[in-house]
Amino acid sequence: MSAIEILLTATFWAAVLRIATPLIFGTMGELICERAGVLNLGIEGIMTFGAMIGWLTVYEGGALWQGLLVAAAAGALFGLLHGALTVPLGLSQHVTGLGVTLLAANLSYYVYRLLLPTSSTPPTISPFQPVTIPWLTDLPFVGPAFFAQMPPTYLALAAVVLIAYVLYRTPLGLALRMVGESAEGAEAQGVNVTAMRVGTVVVGSALMGMGGAFLTLAAFNSFFFTMVQGRGWVCIALVVFGSWQPGKGLVGALLYGVFDAYQLRLQTVLGQVVPYQVFLTIPYALSILALAVMSRRATVPQALMVPFRKGER
Amino acid sequence: MRFELRETVPPFLLLVTPLGAILLSLIICAGFIAAAGAPVLGAYALLAKGAFGNTFAITETLTRATPLILTGLSAAVAFRARLWNIGAEGQFYLGAIVATAVGAHVDGLPGWLADLALATCGSLAGMLLLVGPTLLKLRLGVDEVVTTLLLNFIVLLFVSAMIEGPLRDPLAFGFPQSAPVSDGAMLPKLVAHARLHAGFVVAVVLAIVVAVIDRYSVLGFEAQAVGFNFRAARFAGIPIEQVLVCVALMSGGLAGIGGSLEVIGLKGYVTLDMSPGYGYAGIIVAMLAGLNPLGVVASSIFVAGVFVGADAMGRAYNIPSSIADVIVAVSLLTMLLALLFARYRLRRK
Repeated sequence: MSAIEILLTATFWAAVLRIATPLIFGTMGELICERAGVLNLGIEGIMTFGAMIGWLTVYEGGALWQGLLVAAAAGALFGLLHGALTVPLGLSQHVTGLGVTLLAANLSYYVYRLLLPTSSTPPTISPFQPVTIPWLTDLPFVGPAFFAQMPPTYLALAAVVLIAYVLYRTPLGLALRMVGESAEGAEAQGVNVTAMRVGTVVVGSALMGMGGAFLTLAAFNSFFFTMVQGRGWVCIALVVFGSWQPGKGLVGALLYGVFDAYQLRLQTVLGQVVPYQVFLTIPYALSILALAVMSRRATVPQALMVPFRKGER
Repeated sequence: MRFELRETVPPFLLLVTPLGAILLSLIICAGFIAAAGAPVLGAYALLAKGAFGNTFAITETLTRATPLILTGLSAAVAFRARLWNIGAEGQFYLGAIVATAVGAHVDGLPGWLADLALATCGSLAGMLLLVGPTLLKLRLGVDEVVTTLLLNFIVLLFVSAMIEGPLRDPLAFGFPQSAPVSDGAMLPKLVAHARLHAGFVVAVVLAIVVAVIDRYSVLGFEAQAVGFNFRAARFAGIPIEQVLVCVALMSGGLAGIGGSLEVIGLKGYVTLDMSPGYGYAGIIVAMLAGLNPLGVVASSIFVAGVFVGADAMGRAYNIPSSIADVIVAVSLLTMLLALLFARYRLRRK
């Protein structure tokens, strides 16, 4: 198979959506946090913890959807921690977020090892299977490429639509964006800035937890330690790339999926000539490039990383 | 209830803050240890004994502290100027791999000269790696947190490609590790039959140098001014670009030296697991020290002690050794809280 023919196969495009799914969850989660004015660097750790706890729930006999739900709840708890420390207490969002990442990631290794002390080969579960949709899946090429995905992928796409709707078409979304642009202004309009920000971080972190869980419940079927591999950091780059807009963020995640799926397949074609590490570098390098190109044009929420204390200037 | 900024922070509070934070962290983590079914006090006693109980334990702790001092200094220097360098892990590995690549070809040189050359190469590599994101930040407004984080992954892949490719050790029976540096380039040991090496002394000396730069030089003053109030610093005519690039050179260089010293101090070659997250732990070390260069030495010894002690504790009570990372991560968060209460006082309205 030549390097171009890869792009013409339905399995390639199916893989693009599959690879993009955890990034869609993560990017949407980070996006709403930042839209409310809170940078959430806890994302990498929260995704790791979601991956671990979601998998563990299913391994201990829970249903797959239950695993996804538990991962969301765990993500929400870490979000509450991050929100409580950075919003009412106004601690540095950078350092707190890194602290949350280190805590969540290491705690997931600790819990995993505590419950499965001796397993050298990671035990497996039976993951989500692709679902077929009546007559859509039967369409030539488009069917197997886009309408034979695993259920959480559709959930992720629905989340994008829902978030875009809430952000731009509801009073709640207006309040959220206002809090992220000018906390004082929002306060003057009677919005409870603290509650709004903490609430958004909790919901955003729940989405991050689900993104992590997709890795263990759908993309793979076991948990291993270096699983998230910087996907959380890529999500933060994608938020900037998407200029803090859900639709553009989705495009970014899909583009990432295209490059990642393509490099995986290119490895099998060119793997003999070029070291495989070169291909693995591509997604990270492109993320940096995207940041460099988009940062200047991006419209950053004006109150991002500006703590707000009532009555203090 | 509201927070009120203290006009002056009493000095005793600055000393009590990290101790209080560590204590709080140990109390929180007692829950995790209890979850493993181990007696909490006995486990902590074993941790302390494993870290500082005898001469050998102390040398092990100081050996572990050596890279942490350097990555901690790297973070402290950068964070003081609000340059968020989260890339110490990558700079550490790049310093290590460059030192190894050069170190295989320094056979004829006297030991001290070879060491100097390798440490210089390592620090240059670290410097270069951080200058890129710093310039992207200054020229294009790209957030350096994400770029430095992503570079960590790129560097690790680069190191992986090197030790499986051009720098592979043909005598390692297929283990992925680099060819060793020449024996003459290895640093002398400080204590017989222990791993503690001269790199520890170098790290402490560098901490003093950084403290002096911080306190007595124009650059140190300007860097703090930039970190404290960017706009005021610009208004006062401080050349912000120059200052931040200098800070980046120092920060990246320190992490790079850390990597090269780890190579020529311990094993002499690079593996992909040579750093159990020293770069990230350096951030915690720096925060526990309140970004004070001399405090970094103390806090790295504490963090290293937790890592070394947790091994002994884990073996005795079947507690997974990642409890050390958990304790250290929690202490970062409790330190942030403690710093808040040192700087502000809580007022009832």
